[in-house]
Amino acid sequence: MSTQLDRELEAIAELEPVEGRKKISMVVMSGDMDKLFGAFLIGTGAAAMGMEVTMFFTFWGLRAIRRSDAKTGTTFFGKMIGMMYGGGIEKASPSKFSFGGMGRWMFGKMMGAHNVMTLTQLRDLAIDLGIKMYGCQMTMDVMEIPQESFVKGVQDPVGVGFFLGEAQESQITLFI
Amino acid sequence: MSDVTPDLELDLRGLLCPMPMVRVSQNISKVPVGGIVRAVATDAGSMADIPAWAKSTGNEVLQAEKSGSEFVFLVKRVK
Repeated sequence: MSTQLDRELEAIAELEPVEGRKKISMVVMSGDMDKLFGAFLIGTGAAAMGMEVTMFFTFWGLRAIRRSDAKTGTTFFGKMIGMMYGGGIEKASPSKFSFGGMGRWMFGKMMGAHNVMTLTQLRDLAIDLGIKMYGCQMTMDVMEIPQESFVKGVQDPVGVGFFLGEAQESQITLFI
Repeated sequence: MSDVTPDLELDLRGLLCPMPMVRVSQNISKVPVGGIVRAVATDAGSMADIPAWAKSTGNEVLQAEKSGSEFVFLVKRVK
């Protein structure tokens, strides 16, 4: 065992034991593959540690909770967004090395080789672990993405007031 | 610790962060309070993660040991 690890384990041992249930609230604004990985890794990890987890999806982040077969948009612009930014979480591209889809394919191959779960599997695991996921009503309206286009297990849409209420009760808040 | 008989064996080899910790948390309730889960992982990060999980959830890590390229944990369900 390395001395670095010894120090980390000592630091963990010195932590105060938890009283009550701790809570984490996240805003997920990004639809980038790498950032969604971060959000769901932290979310599932926190749920495993017994924390209450709430995730709020807004703007590009809405992709993470959308069904892959959902057709969205009612107006011309809305349909255009639906076409150009269509698909579900499996369509998320990395924020760097995107190369018009090549990056997603390459990262997918590399992560598969290292036995990392796919984003879709992680998102579904998050739902199974009881993580509460919400769509932001305002951005859903603007981007014409209805609640019906979301995967099963997503809660009814909310606004910023609800998020702030949750955030106030949280020991950890993240904006991704 | 070799005299401890685990109530449940978990093969977490090949799983990466955060899955070893997630699997331990999903399976701990399968043993009775006081029961022991023996988990074998290959993710080096789990040496820090699983003790942190135990601290946070109020369970006890009886052993966290590197054995070759594997990491062996004995986790006792406390509550």
